[in-house]
Amino acid sequence: MKTKTIYKPTGGLVDRDLSYCPGCTHGIIHKLVGEVLEEKGLLDEAIGVASVGCSVMSYEFFNCDMQQAAHGRAPAVATGIKRVRPEHTVFTYQGDGDLASIGMAEIVHAAHRGENMTVIFVNNAIYGMTGGQMAPTTLINQKTSTSPTGRKKEGTGEPLRMSELLATVPGATYLERVSVHDPKHIRKAKKALEKAFDVQTKKQGFSMIEFVSTCPVNWGIQPQDSLEWMVDNMIPYFPLGIYKDATKEENNE
Amino acid sequence: MGKVLMKGNEAMALAAIKGGCDAFFGYPITPQNEIPEYLSYHMAQHDRIFVQAESEVAAINMVYGAAGSGARVLTSSSSPGIALKQEGISYLAGSELPAVIINVMRGGPGLGGIQPSQGDYNQITRGGGNGDYKLLTFAPETLQETVNIVKASFSLADYYRNPVMIAVDGLIGQMMEPVDLDQKIDEKPTKEKDWAATGHAKKRGHRNKIVSLYLDPYDLEKHNLKLKAKYDEMLETEQRYEMINMDHNPSLVFVAYGSMARIARSAIQVLKDAGIEVGMIRPITISPFPEKAFKHLPDSVHTLLTLEMSLGQMLQDVQIVNQGRYTLDFYGRAGGVVPETEDIVEKAKAVLKGGKGQ
Repeated sequence: MKTKTIYKPTGGLVDRDLSYCPGCTHGIIHKLVGEVLEEKGLLDEAIGVASVGCSVMSYEFFNCDMQQAAHGRAPAVATGIKRVRPEHTVFTYQGDGDLASIGMAEIVHAAHRGENMTVIFVNNAIYGMTGGQMAPTTLINQKTSTSPTGRKKEGTGEPLRMSELLATVPGATYLERVSVHDPKHIRKAKKALEKAFDVQTKKQGFSMIEFVSTCPVNWGIQPQDSLEWMVDNMIPYFPLGIYKDATKEENNE
Repeated sequence: MGKVLMKGNEAMALAAIKGGCDAFFGYPITPQNEIPEYLSYHMAQHDRIFVQAESEVAAINMVYGAAGSGARVLTSSSSPGIALKQEGISYLAGSELPAVIINVMRGGPGLGGIQPSQGDYNQITRGGGNGDYKLLTFAPETLQETVNIVKASFSLADYYRNPVMIAVDGLIGQMMEPVDLDQKIDEKPTKEKDWAATGHAKKRGHRNKIVSLYLDPYDLEKHNLKLKAKYDEMLETEQRYEMINMDHNPSLVFVAYGSMARIARSAIQVLKDAGIEVGMIRPITISPFPEKAFKHLPDSVHTLLTLEMSLGQMLQDVQIVNQGRYTLDFYGRAGGVVPETEDIVEKAKAVLKGGKGQ
């Protein structure tokens, strides 16, 4: 009987156990990034930048050259790499504490300069690695270890929407927010990643794919319930969709 | 090219290009602005990279990225900006990446002032960022010495896989002096950067990872000991210093570096004209501190007078090296005040009379 391969692990990831918790979507997102890098033949020329947070160890998982950046500085590190290696694919993989708080200046200015790089932004509305502190993206009334009675607008502000914010930066080329809570959305997220890496290959500039994600451990809910909580609570505040596509504008000209 | 009259900052920038600098990342701050200004035009002329970053923090992290992918990289700044770069400098040291950092020092603390100072001595020689690491740091006296060191610094950084700092003060940055940018210099042998994350994992046969994270404390200690062995090699082979007027049996010896050594040199001549012989130990590296210079002083020496444009920072290194052998004295100015030759002459005379001087 002839066998047909219908599924195999991606060569875009190193064959080893991931360090992520049950119910966290980092695993799916890693797989998608790995698949896109492999399918587009970018593995042998890509250089990835790991950030600080739960994904700090991603330099052990992506099957390409990697550099580990200081907290928030991944877009600056990637700028340095891309400027001296312009023919190589350069990407960062960052969480919401890293990108939207301590690394706000670096992400805005990398977009502002139109750096030809791809940012994978994983937003789960909390600091995971350090034990569940409030992030800039934490929802109003969401309880965290530094907002134990729930986040209040007074004194801590309302959650920052990074895709919308970066859409106001002239230098950004492609911005899309996606989710991986069901197969349909996983397929859509992969398409978004393909688009983002294509933008870079075509030297069209800065692209970012924001993933709305989960953190059952620090949200204090069961892994199997966390996707539902994310769909019910996060996606209404962080709507999915394309926030900027300057490649279309270019095509129209 | 022969000798040309150039401003210190511009000469350092040109020396970096001649030293093989592939990329510069910086942020404006006085008194070093002529470095990025010069490079913003001339790096492009040489088909190299110039980026004005959004902050010193971003600039040093761009340096970290570019160095990690194998380039020869430079950043420059001045004291408060160097303070901001410490995070990235610690990462460079921890990840063993070569890079060159020019620090055109000004007065502090805080925003301080914009006049020349040597107040960053402790920050530079004691690390500055977090963790157990050291920089190889030069503190040259003249523009000629400075450009020669800038040119050689890229090969030194590559050789040790360690950041190299050139610590001058605003005086050297801002002053014009005749300088020959094509003097022959000693360079370390080049080694292939087979550790760099160049984006050739398949061709190479393995992935390269640039990291400073070691979650197992025994692994991190091993890494720290590996770094220490490198710093020990620097201590053994890179100490540089100049001994001045030692063959005239001085009883008093100055210890001074950078612009302060320049003023002290003038003071030595004035004192000589008055029949008083004074020597000088001039550290050229301040990290490692040139302890070898203190081992073979003439028998005539009685007192070491440390001179600084800071308030007793290098003095601590002199105390450590001295171990009670000589009488120690100190003269320092701070806040960007540059002493006159006469100030040093008077202090030297007072010390020789047995008083503490001014």
